[in-house]
Amino acid sequence: MNAPGADSTPHLPRGVRLKHDKVRGEWLLLAPERVVKANAIAVAVLERCDGVRTLREIVDDLARTYSADRGVIESDVTMLINDLAMKRMVDL
Amino acid sequence: MRDKIAAPAGMLAELTHRCPLGCPYCSNPIELEKAAGELDTATWKRVLSEAAAAGVLHVHLSGGEPCVRRDIVELTAHCAEAGLYSNLITSGVGLTRDLFEALVAAGLDHIQLSIQDAEATSADRIAGYEGAFARKREVAAWTTAAGLPLTVNAVMHRANVSRAGRMVELAVLLGARRIEVAHTQYYGWAMVNRAALMPSREETETAVAEVEALRKKHEGRIVIDHVVPDYHARFPKACMNGWGRRTLNVTPSGRILPCHAAAMIPGLEFWSVMEHSLAEAWYDSPAFNIFRGTEWMKEPCRSCDRREIDFGGCRCQALALTGDARNADPICHLSPDHAIAQEIAAQQAPDVAPDYVYRRMKTKA
Ligand code: SF4
Ligand code: SF4
Repeated sequence: MNAPGADSTPHLPRGVRLKHDKVRGEWLLLAPERVVKANAIAVAVLERCDGVRTLREIVDDLARTYSADRGVIESDVTMLINDLAMKRMVDL
Repeated sequence: MRDKIAAPAGMLAELTHRCPLGCPYCSNPIELEKAAGELDTATWKRVLSEAAAAGVLHVHLSGGEPCVRRDIVELTAHCAEAGLYSNLITSGVGLTRDLFEALVAAGLDHIQLSIQDAEATSADRIAGYEGAFARKREVAAWTTAAGLPLTVNAVMHRANVSRAGRMVELAVLLGARRIEVAHTQYYGWAMVNRAALMPSREETETAVAEVEALRKKHEGRIVIDHVVPDYHARFPKACMNGWGRRTLNVTPSGRILPCHAAAMIPGLEFWSVMEHSLAEAWYDSPAFNIFRGTEWMKEPCRSCDRREIDFGGCRCQALALTGDARNADPICHLSPDHAIAQEIAAQQAPDVAPDYVYRRMKTKA
């Protein structure tokens, strides 16, 4: 399995969804037999994973929106997406 | 008390005990519930709504074979409306193309398909149903074509243990995103068939190593969840992630249990969905509170620093092997009854396996 490239278009496959859980007051990523807590950064990333935008565009957008260092954002986002792809929670 | 208890995250909805297959390793109870004793559609819908309100995230529509319920599509749609993540745990037999399409349209999130062996003849013999294997392959193909995540459930025992690795390869071939390889746990019908199911220790160890080696090979393609026999371990498993901590179980007739085997523990008072809401049962019923936390523990668990890690292991196993559900699970090497577990670990599988007692409903004589 290759690490996600800048041109990949990450998206949540069917059967994986981001949900705001009212009972616990937090964002969760639901997948088969898995519940992963999503912090604010993960939510911002995953909301942009629509299968249309490329990883490069997602990083650009986040760097702009949060006026953050692009290099830092890129490595964080790539790590998150790679980790979720390994768990089959994100398709590239 | 209530504010100290975390909300339930998962619910196993045993919609029915009816099933066209007869797997001898089935963990359903010997006394299977007849169709007449099953909850009706309106009640299940209410229970599902109560589950969502109580904080349940995943609902496992199970059985028996959940697809024999005529309201399975309606119940699946209700899960979607309530925001519940729905998982259909099916044998695949009884699932027609039309029914499958209807379930997908109703918003089903995930299919968990049992496969009895990597080889058709053996698989059908284990299931006690000719043609089952071919039907399952078909259901797997529909599932992946529809883009739905597929999990293959493989229960390992004497007849298929030598093909554990091939089961994983088959699951990959079928396009499954996940496989659960679980060595038989001896509850219900599996207990009756124990001598026919138990593999030798060498066979088990080879199978476990084979599956572990495939984990790396298929990383990123398939997630392998591996439930290995714990007889050789030093510490017990955190059974159910702790009693009444994450999940609950509703039986076909509406009893609310902390785990599917809990009904075997004598003296527990289970509440029914006919008299109580799910939340009431979760927070207040004696059956859930009796083994919650660490207060109920005896030594050596009571003062052990692992008590919040494995919660003393499995209550049902403690009962079955030591006669008292409050004891430490004897799998633990600190348990005074550990010798019992060691004895079982040393037991030899019989040279010739007895015939299966297939799981069937009793018919009136
Ligand atoms: S284990 Fe086999 S017999 Fe038992 S419910 Fe599942 S498919 Fe049916
Ligand atoms: S003594 Fe009890 S709590 Fe400690 S490891 Fe053994 S089973 Fe777990």
